Amino acid sequence: MVYLKDVVTLRLDCDACIGCGRCLEVCPHGVFVLEADKCRIVDRDACMECGACARNCPVNALWVKNGVGCAVGILNSAFGRKSSCCGESQACCCGDPKAESPAEK
Amino acid sequence: MLERQENLPVEPDTGNRDWVIGNVETPTGRVPRVSTHWSWRDRLGAVAVRWNIGRRRYRVHPGLYAVGSPTAESPVLATANYKLSFDTLRGVLDGLDAWLLVVDTKGINVWCAAGKGTFGTEELIQRITVTEVAKVASAAILVLPQLAAPGVAAHEVRRRTGIRVVYGPVRASDLAAFLRAGMHATPAMRRVQFTLLDRLAVAPVELVQRLATALLIMLVFFLGAGVGRHGYRLAMEQWPAIATAVWANFLAGIVLTPALLPWLLGRSFALKGAEIGIVTGSGLWLWTRYGLMEGVAVVLLGVAACSFLGLMFTGSTTYTSASGVRRELRWALPLQIAGVVAGFVLWLMARWK
Repeated sequence: MVYLKDVVTLRLDCDACIGCGRCLEVCPHGVFVLEADKCRIVDRDACMECGACARNCPVNALWVKNGVGCAVGILNSAFGRKSSCCGESQACCCGDPKAESPAEK
Repeated sequence: MLERQENLPVEPDTGNRDWVIGNVETPTGRVPRVSTHWSWRDRLGAVAVRWNIGRRRYRVHPGLYAVGSPTAESPVLATANYKLSFDTLRGVLDGLDAWLLVVDTKGINVWCAAGKGTFGTEELIQRITVTEVAKVASAAILVLPQLAAPGVAAHEVRRRTGIRVVYGPVRASDLAAFLRAGMHATPAMRRVQFTLLDRLAVAPVELVQRLATALLIMLVFFLGAGVGRHGYRLAMEQWPAIATAVWANFLAGIVLTPALLPWLLGRSFALKGAEIGIVTGSGLWLWTRYGLMEGVAVVLLGVAACSFLGLMFTGSTTYTSASGVRRELRWALPLQIAGVVAGFVLWLMARWK
């Protein structure tokens, strides 16, 4: 199952990439491959913006506006409500608004 | 930014600790040894939390535990302090020797906690320090669940604690094979799936949590059914049909849409839900033999309700992105609201015919 086309914010800086392969290890959807010691995005639409790759990239070659793809969480934070996470009231794991900011280092 | 400094001390275990079956002596003191089997109490607990019973209190005390007879070279397996996560992990470790490092995620599972930053670099480093893992398992490698990666920067943990860190497989059930293969994960072990069982796993919790809303909606229609040319009266003879319609949409939107997800047309969840709504609404129309106006109203309401519930399901999936959900919300939410308003007005108008 693949979600919407051309919507994700994932960006890769090929020049910065050192080919360590950590992103291939952490990506749950096989978005990356390693070719000639460089990382390449092969399945962009499969990205769910979880931010694992960006957080674990040792040279900051990856960037994604990470967040949880959850309508309840997004609506809750849009209406400025705080309790938008699963531990409190939802079955899903809608992050609090803080988790919506870019996965910068 | 995601890493929040969470204060120790932590909340105690809920209830019984019959899964502790002894102790292992270590250079820093005793570490509780845990069973790799589930007791009836563990099984009951696992069923209960699926129905939203005691889910928020289902925790184990963060810290270090042992499975089998681990040595200084045995792997350290990290997990969340949601008891279902912890139980799932220890349940697959029969015959293995390992240390379990339970991180304080406030009783939330690994992936959700990582997404929120509760299973984060800072908390992990703090837990490593507090439990003195480096002294207990001096030559060990820390195996993180792959789904902790959105919250944990492995190279940071390595740099600041000196401990070697690897990402284990997505599923605990692959862990034994991963360890046997010398900590090597096959590509399949690295991929998240979304099987029928995965899709239906959260349905009971959703049903329980949306019950009050469904009852409220039913009440509105019970009361609305009383209007008409005659003035107002309680039209109780219509209540069974109304209740049936509300429950049908409620069940269709929460159970049927997730179950049939791969076969519904399009990629949008609002659209997938709407398809289920058309079927549900049309089915109700045929079954109750409403007139044209009321029939159209029932279909409209069904489409809007199921489409909305479809969107709400995005939070329980393993592959939707926040950018995608935002895009869907922008076009679908206004249409859903319009559908509800138009449907309700038509339905009321049908009472005057």
